[in-house]
Amino acid sequence: MPTYVSPEKCKGCMQCVNICPSDIMHIDPVEGRAYNIEPSMCWECFACVKACPEGAIDVRGYADFAPLGHRVVPNRTPDRIYWTIRMRDGSTKEFSFPVRRGKWGSIASPANEPAPDAEAVQSQLLSFEPDYLAVEVLPTIASSAPT
Amino acid sequence: MEDGVRSAPQVVDCDVLIVGGGFAGCGAAFEARYWGRDLKIVLVEKAAIERSGAVAQGLSAINCYMGMRWGENRPEDFVKYVRNDLMGLSREDLVYDVARHVDSSVHLFEEWGLPIFTDPSGKYIREGRWQVMIHGESYKPIIAEAARAAASQVDEHVLITHLLTSADDPHRVAGAVGFSVRDGTFRVYRARVVIVAAGGASHLFRPRSAGEGWGRTWYPPWSTGSAYALLIRIGAEMTQMENRLVVTRFKDGYGPVGAFFLYLKATATNAAGENYEVARRPGLRERVGAYADATPLPTCLRNDLMFREIQEGRGPILMHTERVIDSPEKETVAWEAFLNMTVGQAVTWAAQGTDPGKDPSELILSEPYVLGSHAVCAGAWASGPADLASGEYQWGYNRMTSITGLFGAGDTIGGSAHKFSSGSFTEGRLAAKGAIRFLTDHPERPPVADAAVESMRSTIFAPLVRFLAARPKITTGSVHPELLFPDQGLHRLEKIMDEYGGGVGSNYTTNDHLLARGLAQLTHLKEDLGAIGAGDLHQLGRAWELEHRVWTAETVLRHTRFRTETRWPGYYYRSDFPKVDDEHWHCFVNSVYDPATREWKLFTRPVRALF
Ligand SMILES: Cc1cc2nc3c(=O)[nH]c(=O)nc-3n(C[C@H](O)[C@H](O)[C@H](O)COP(=O)(O)OP(=O)(O)OC[C@H]3O[C@@H](n4cnc5c(N)ncnc54)[C@H](O)[C@@H]3O)c2cc1C
Ligand code: SF4
Ligand code: SF4
Repeated sequence: MPTYVSPEKCKGCMQCVNICPSDIMHIDPVEGRAYNIEPSMCWECFACVKACPEGAIDVRGYADFAPLGHRVVPNRTPDRIYWTIRMRDGSTKEFSFPVRRGKWGSIASPANEPAPDAEAVQSQLLSFEPDYLAVEVLPTIASSAPT
Repeated sequence: MEDGVRSAPQVVDCDVLIVGGGFAGCGAAFEARYWGRDLKIVLVEKAAIERSGAVAQGLSAINCYMGMRWGENRPEDFVKYVRNDLMGLSREDLVYDVARHVDSSVHLFEEWGLPIFTDPSGKYIREGRWQVMIHGESYKPIIAEAARAAASQVDEHVLITHLLTSADDPHRVAGAVGFSVRDGTFRVYRARVVIVAAGGASHLFRPRSAGEGWGRTWYPPWSTGSAYALLIRIGAEMTQMENRLVVTRFKDGYGPVGAFFLYLKATATNAAGENYEVARRPGLRERVGAYADATPLPTCLRNDLMFREIQEGRGPILMHTERVIDSPEKETVAWEAFLNMTVGQAVTWAAQGTDPGKDPSELILSEPYVLGSHAVCAGAWASGPADLASGEYQWGYNRMTSITGLFGAGDTIGGSAHKFSSGSFTEGRLAAKGAIRFLTDHPERPPVADAAVESMRSTIFAPLVRFLAARPKITTGSVHPELLFPDQGLHRLEKIMDEYGGGVGSNYTTNDHLLARGLAQLTHLKEDLGAIGAGDLHQLGRAWELEHRVWTAETVLRHTRFRTETRWPGYYYRSDFPKVDDEHWHCFVNSVYDPATREWKLFTRPVRALF
């Protein structure tokens, strides 16, 4: 469903412009507010909706098959996302799911690991293997009897 | 906007250049840093890596996980599954290689904070044999965080248009060029090794959706076939490009069916309430022989059963969610499957007033897509791992293409189906390790000719220049006698592919005459690409995306024409060769475009069973 922007809420902060994978959220040079420049190339991915700090972006189902009168609204926090869904008949449903365990920004560069030796470079093992395979050895076809 | 046309190019010299920061590209950045501590690793992405690529919305399942630590599956079990599902044709060395490594990637994801469904003992909860369930709304930003921690530099909003080859050797990659879709600067990346991970291709064929819903494709509208076009145009060998994918999805919203068929165990029926997959199985056996007895039934053959059911007038096909959703927990699973992965399906339910606990939902077959990571495996022909591959499957470095120093992963690489998100990330890791080994053996920095770079600059920005020159010839609007605009070209491409290449509008059916017509029309479209006009940087991006799609589409038609059989009923049909023909076609169809002579070569390569 293509996005649309509330003129009262939008502050022109560019977050949606930065995140849209389709490059279709742009700032109107006259109004100074965001809008969807190419609704027919919108994937309803909600990346911009989730990213907007003002809650200014909403979506309306594609005109070619979605009747009017619905809303699907996310509220994403660092560890959970909350969804409110308004059905056609006015009833609502609410769901919430975890999005991440632990802290954002906690993933370390693999360069922090001890440097691999030349022999490891020539082996079939990837980084963190075999430990992270959680089996003793990396399988290879000679070692595994086909059935 | 005029920056790129006039100002000095922004030149970046690096060791490893990664094109595309999706699942495969992020995996490549992570792994390249582990093995290449002091290297300059640059990741270039046309959007922002937190939400770029096919996983922009998140996912609700990891579709490739062996569970070796719990003895659930061995890599060879996966190879057998893929062999069946692809009707015999896959690169089993590549498939096995992904399978034996994929668990370590998933265990890293869990450590990084991806919430995976587990039972009280910590064992992952399965959706199906290969799938594990996740709360995956933030799957992509988590993976992006790992890539950012590893890469020397992440250049975002830069669209790569061409690969560069060495001034000494046209078969040696030397970098890439493109432009910033934000400030219009011309970007030149000179690299010792390049890993292309630019995703699959949507919008080659006309989609079912119309008007405003044009972007409502199953694979995202930003999957533009760059991975294929970049490689094809410098002469890389391609494989299985005819192996396009049609998916069974919830109608219009395109919600995936996995959680419903596999986890909730829902069934689909025709309008009369008949389980057509069971009822029509004997007829299928008559058409495709023993392939009909494979368990599970190959994805294309399940499509074929649904396709015929609809053709013969027994639609709509209904997914009976209402028969299996009998608790609030299951209702939550059903909604989460969409909210984390295809929000548009939740919107469709809300808009149409469908309560999955009370009402069935309609299923449909999508338009075709071209990609390398799903139940199909179109893409570049790549070298396999030395302990599993030999002969024409191995030339030194894992996941290196036929171009020296050019690697690929994920949707880019052909023959290795069913990688999905986790397998694509894993293949990115494999490609990066192959690339580091290559760098160890090849200390040189391939020379790049300045003249070649300059000529690319004028090619890249030509649509802007053309527009400015021709604009005064009309009052205003989009109808111009000399210019074609990117969306107009895309509509033409989709129409050609739909009507001649076996899209929805032609019942997925084509033949030699239709393919010849289609190729002739594509030739005209390619000529018209020289008249594309772009009024701004956004349009310039669309112009290059169109160019990449057209090259991909041409390759698809050429491959489809060469394979004179119907290998994958349910993906497409050759009406002139309606049978699966194992005697002649149990092999790969490969192609090479020669940029010097502009000629195409199509030929076969053997399919070799690993065991
Ligand atoms: C609706 C949907 C549901 C899915 N469900 C599942 C599931 O449940 N489980 C699962 O495991 N997998 C699932 N998948 C599959 C999974 O998303 C893909 O297999 C995987 O993302 C492929 O990885 P990739 O890196 O090859 O491509 P992508 O992840 O698509 O990455 C390609 C990247 O390249 C960039 N790019 C493209 N062209 C250029 C260019 N010219 N210049 C610069 N950058 C460029 C793109 O912006 C993008 O970031 C699903 C996919 C879709 C669309
Ligand atoms: S993110 Fe929100 S507030 Fe910021 S420009 Fe976009 S719509 Fe406006
Ligand atoms: S929903 Fe996605 S594709 Fe549509 S405008 Fe927002 S970010 Fe872009």
